[in-house]
Amino acid sequence: MSDAAVPHQANPNASHAGVTPDRWLRRALASDVFYSFRRSRLTMAAAAVTLLFFLLAILAPLLAVQNPFDPAQLQLINSRIAPLWMADGQSPFLLGTDEQGRDVFSAILYGLRISLVVGVLGVLLSGTLGIILGLVAGYFGGAVDGLIMRIADVQLTFPAILIALLINGVAKSMFSNRMDAMSTLAVLVFAIGLSFWVQYARTVRGSVMVEKNKDYVAAAQLIGLPAPVIMLRHVLPNAMGPILVIATINLALAIITEATLSFLGAGMPDTMPSLGTLIRIGNNYLFAGEWWIVAFPGFALAALILSINLLGDWLRDALNPKLR
Amino acid sequence: MLAFTLRRAIQAIGVMIAVGIISFSMFRFAGDPVNQIVSIDTSAAERAAIRKSLGLDDPVPVQFARYFANAAQFKFGVSYQFRLPVADLLKERMPATLELATCATILAMVVGILMGVYSALKRDTLLAKIFQAVSLIGISLPTFLIGILLIYLFAVVLGWLPSFGRGDVVRFGWWTTGLLTVSGLKALIMPSITLGLFQMTLIMRLVRAEMLEVLRTDYIRFARARGLTTRAIHFGHALKNTLVPVITVAGLQFGSVIAFAIITETVFQWPGMGLLFVQAVQNVDIPIMAAYLLMVSLIFVTINLVVDILYTVVDPRLRSAIDRPA
Repeated sequence: MSDAAVPHQANPNASHAGVTPDRWLRRALASDVFYSFRRSRLTMAAAAVTLLFFLLAILAPLLAVQNPFDPAQLQLINSRIAPLWMADGQSPFLLGTDEQGRDVFSAILYGLRISLVVGVLGVLLSGTLGIILGLVAGYFGGAVDGLIMRIADVQLTFPAILIALLINGVAKSMFSNRMDAMSTLAVLVFAIGLSFWVQYARTVRGSVMVEKNKDYVAAAQLIGLPAPVIMLRHVLPNAMGPILVIATINLALAIITEATLSFLGAGMPDTMPSLGTLIRIGNNYLFAGEWWIVAFPGFALAALILSINLLGDWLRDALNPKLR
Repeated sequence: MLAFTLRRAIQAIGVMIAVGIISFSMFRFAGDPVNQIVSIDTSAAERAAIRKSLGLDDPVPVQFARYFANAAQFKFGVSYQFRLPVADLLKERMPATLELATCATILAMVVGILMGVYSALKRDTLLAKIFQAVSLIGISLPTFLIGILLIYLFAVVLGWLPSFGRGDVVRFGWWTTGLLTVSGLKALIMPSITLGLFQMTLIMRLVRAEMLEVLRTDYIRFARARGLTTRAIHFGHALKNTLVPVITVAGLQFGSVIAFAIITETVFQWPGMGLLFVQAVQNVDIPIMAAYLLMVSLIFVTINLVVDILYTVVDPRLRSAIDRPA
């Protein structure tokens, strides 16, 4: 970034803020990262949109006119109504309804919940798995390292979506073909978690191999701390920056993967639709002229992914001192 | 050099054996194969007979060896859904997928390189900025949304292109091609764009970054000092040197193009291997899933091996680095 020469100013509001509890906040507001955040309008817009989506998902029961997961609340008499601003739109169906009388706006809010839950849990699972394997591989080296990294190499040859599909198919056959919505959700999280751990493991391993030869690690070993404590308390915090960047970009990837699986019919069922399921359902009505059933969930998904990707791009530049 | 090639080949075989074990375990342990064949009122004795005839009573290593020997002759068992040999199903579907993947890759390379060169040479023009924005959208939009958008525009609203299928195909032996008929070519346009868009943005960003880097080097400055024309410098010297990594990436990406064809084929109901695989996942048709995994891995591993070896042939600097291990 070109603004290296400009000294960063502390946020004037922050300096007036209270005494002790705000110290952490003041440090955060005065940091380089926050400074570069405030310099980029696009990033601020992306953050606002991402925040908005999370809020919409959390507040879904308050904002929705019906619970789209509850069949008792859907009425066929309300099916295929156009959005409110069109000639045959009907209140309270802001964005129209689908063929089951499901309000598209409510379905998007609840679908957003599923997409975000699967995405966040998937990232947490793949991150935990990748960090642990990366720490172990980097810290101990030798045969363990060789084994973990060979597995990573093999897995990296295959696109994540293929692995997720395979895991999904195998899980289906093991727990019989009929699974309820919640266990499908668990399988999706599991499939995404197992598909995306490699990048974390490689990054963490690289950082650990650099860090473990430094004096503070030697000192920690000398006072007799056990290896897991050294890895988690001392080495890991120094490798956190890149992990954060990968996690942000992987959140977008995990949401895309979940949507793709659901679109392909291997994900969330029609009774508890995620954004991807809604797009698959709506796709069937495209030729009948009912574009709103697919267009709005599609737009929501695209906007969500784009803003998370923009945040990830910014974070990568902001946390990389070489680029300043 | 020979040692490097051998080492790579052994690694590739290792990967294939690992994938084979996974594929076999899926085939053998995910769901009981006998239950998929018999009906509810088959007696226990009949079940045992079927179990024996399928060789499911043999020790697992024996079964694995048999599975591997069969797979090497492209015998993958019988599909649960279609009651047909999986190998025949795959063979019938393969031309469609390979044609689609090849067209998408060619499209991505031609357009991606052109866009990349343009946005590197005319960095501050409006068009270059539009290309950058398009590339961000290309990375952010899921493949299936792009496909749906194209179908809505060109099939529903404008009615120019067919929304599904391959059109009319011409048959040569077991290979079918849609490249020789008008309807086949028309049907190929939207799926190729959908499938190629992601690689296109990838190649565009790569070419742009590489070009910008090469244009800063001394030999380009020297070429300018010699008074060569801009055209000769840009295309004779700069572009030529960016192409090696681009071709490598495009080659390595061909494998993932085949995998991503799963999505494109579902959107456009394209009768290829990907669609077969998705239907297999939906209907828990394990033999097809296991065979698809093996086939795709074979394609991936072969491409990776060829690209690795070609890379050292093309770039002499790498060769010396390999021969002198650090």
